[in-house]
Amino acid sequence: MEVKNNNSEAIEHKLDVSVSPHIKDKATVQKVMLDVIIALIPAGFSGIYFFGIRSIYVILTCVIMSVISEWIMQIIMGVEVTVDDLSAVVTGILLAYCLPPSVPLWVAGIGAVTAIALVKNLFGGLGYNIFNPALAARAILVASWPVAMTLYIAPKMGSISLLDGIDGITSATPLTLIKESYNYLADTTNLDPEKIVQMKRNILDLGNKDLWLNLFTGVKGGSLGETSNLALLSGGCYLLIKKIIDWRVPVTFIGTVLIFSLVLGRNPVFNILSGGLFLGAFFMATDYVTSPVTPVGRLIFGVCCGLFVVLIRFYGGYPEGVCYSILIMNMLVPAIDKFTIPKTFGY
Amino acid sequence: MQTFRGGVHPPQSKYTKDKPVEKARLPKKVVIPLHQHAGCQAEPVVSAGDMVKTGQKIGESKAFISANVHSSITGRIESIKKGVSPIMRDGWCVNIEGDGTDEWFGSKETADVGKFSPEEIRQKIKDAGIVGLGGAGFPTHVKLCPPCDKKIDTVIINGSECEPYLTCDYRLMIEKSNEILEGLEIIKKAVGAEYGYIAVEDNKPDAAEKIKSVLKNKNDKVIVLKTKYPQGAEKQLIKAVLNREVPSCKLPLDAGVVVDNAGTAVAVRNAVLENIPLIERVITVCGSGISTGKNLLVRIGTSFRDVLEECGGLKKDVWKVIMGGPMMGLSQFSLDIPVIKGTSGILAMTLDERPVLQERNCIRCGRCIGVCPMSLMPNMLGLYSSRFMLEDGFKYNPQDCIECGSCAYVCPAKIPLVQLIRFIKGKKLEQMRKCKI
Repeated sequence: MEVKNNNSEAIEHKLDVSVSPHIKDKATVQKVMLDVIIALIPAGFSGIYFFGIRSIYVILTCVIMSVISEWIMQIIMGVEVTVDDLSAVVTGILLAYCLPPSVPLWVAGIGAVTAIALVKNLFGGLGYNIFNPALAARAILVASWPVAMTLYIAPKMGSISLLDGIDGITSATPLTLIKESYNYLADTTNLDPEKIVQMKRNILDLGNKDLWLNLFTGVKGGSLGETSNLALLSGGCYLLIKKIIDWRVPVTFIGTVLIFSLVLGRNPVFNILSGGLFLGAFFMATDYVTSPVTPVGRLIFGVCCGLFVVLIRFYGGYPEGVCYSILIMNMLVPAIDKFTIPKTFGY
Repeated sequence: MQTFRGGVHPPQSKYTKDKPVEKARLPKKVVIPLHQHAGCQAEPVVSAGDMVKTGQKIGESKAFISANVHSSITGRIESIKKGVSPIMRDGWCVNIEGDGTDEWFGSKETADVGKFSPEEIRQKIKDAGIVGLGGAGFPTHVKLCPPCDKKIDTVIINGSECEPYLTCDYRLMIEKSNEILEGLEIIKKAVGAEYGYIAVEDNKPDAAEKIKSVLKNKNDKVIVLKTKYPQGAEKQLIKAVLNREVPSCKLPLDAGVVVDNAGTAVAVRNAVLENIPLIERVITVCGSGISTGKNLLVRIGTSFRDVLEECGGLKKDVWKVIMGGPMMGLSQFSLDIPVIKGTSGILAMTLDERPVLQERNCIRCGRCIGVCPMSLMPNMLGLYSSRFMLEDGFKYNPQDCIECGSCAYVCPAKIPLVQLIRFIKGKKLEQMRKCKI
């Protein structure tokens, strides 16, 4: 008894007194980000498989530059260095995935620095940025180096060589092809019958099941990590199962594009499988910081993103609208949050 | 299965589930705080040097919301002085030196419920100093006298025990199911309610079965609820059982309901039928910092040190000693704290159970909003509270927070949301009180 007494006396001085709850969920910011990185791996492999070893260089450039610029920015700004939360790594990967595989590495590097230094840290760092850093950086790159940012190469499965450069055959992405076809047919001054037949065939080909399969697995031109819907979907499901992301945003986002394509007489399957819709819906629009926090707000956000994609693709100047639709909606997030405060229990 | 919106699923850790309730050793001395309940402190009716017997009244409630306090042992009153209670309010405590005889004050008589009018039942409960044994410690007799314009139709016995580790209510439901039902009938009679429900979570199927097997009254029912924290919170329980929402800043009686803890029902039964005041209660002693976890029937006023020693003492690397459960309990700075009426458990957690506490920026993941059982926005409340932007934060109804800690539990950025919300809630309540005056 005496010994025990001494023991508890000794312990007593060390007792921690703090507020409840005394147990916490194991989730940390770092673990959440790690899960996102894991979910992004399949899409990375598909990029490497379809566009060659150069994809790795692009990804590495973006990730390394992101981490370094986060570290330097936080030191300059005199805040705690939180590179270990892995959010910069996620931004780097996401940026790489929405760049063309043939992008010059220095452009990718500038993109990463822009994303982290300008879009994220100058706004206060993780949690305070208004725009999705990767998407905002991509938008800036498209405006600054339009040629390098729209030069897409055709996929060439499995040809992995360390010396692989930008020697791929450039090709239009499916969305560019369709946009051009519609534009050509809409212009009544074009009278070349052969070309008109070709353009009409392009549009009719959309019903082709083989094309759908190619679009789904990723055999198409496009940005590095956005072509394989299969890989993105598996990553997205991983995030949904682990409850990292809410189903509301991706489901309403993709669903809206599907429904409006149908309503406006375009091929709905083609429209959800082409472009960066899956990458945007599962990984960009669900970005915690730049999307609404309320359940209803997330529904509104997803629907509006889908609406803007349809508007930009069908009536706008760009063949693809995912990037801009999300950026536009990012601006509205504070307002959406304010108007969708949940009804408190008992009111 | 019936439940409410939100909530979390912390690991249940009910290690003492199969340990029958043991009677703890009679303490040599006790420290009985005169303020163990919500409301006003009881006034001492004894003075230093007096001899008291077990069950003798030592503090009397003078205010409306207050409760009597009784001596839990027989002995001499050593002193009445300021001391600390586990709820961190320092107030007057009666120190009693026991003589080991444990002689009863007055007689224990048994009676039948039918004999008493609702008035008499309330008086007996008041005399016995019964408060809610769930933790908040609201005087039970106050709960049982609703204003005449409020019709109470239902009494719910809260046996959900959603806090991890705690098993005292579970053991009571298994071992004292008859007493709980008798208590329920008494409470029903006191408030004139027609229906009685015993709400049990689905992780205690044997308790639900046990009570079902002894049910006699046709209007009484065992309701099995989904296991989820905070299922046992009054408002959430009423929502889950009856699908009624208690209006903001109102009481369960505004929804026609009285909710009482399973332990309280037993105490009510003992007080009314056997004239036994509330001088002991069942507590769960558990946690990785304790050699043998137990469910103990402990006299009020026994020090934590004595209770812990009876369970084999603390291990070396104990990090925290908590009164209550890990979600809402209060961590203690000393072991010389007495067990009070609201002590549902004593937990000792070791260093390896210490959670990651490094705070990061809010990443707006929205998990706190998803789990908040009151449908609040803890992230916004926390933000405005930490920025001292009180007027902006007031719009998010901080007064409705029940401080269950679900938001802080799930937060990946480890922001102390409960603390922040408690601050802004206090400010809002202050403002509301000013407006009323």
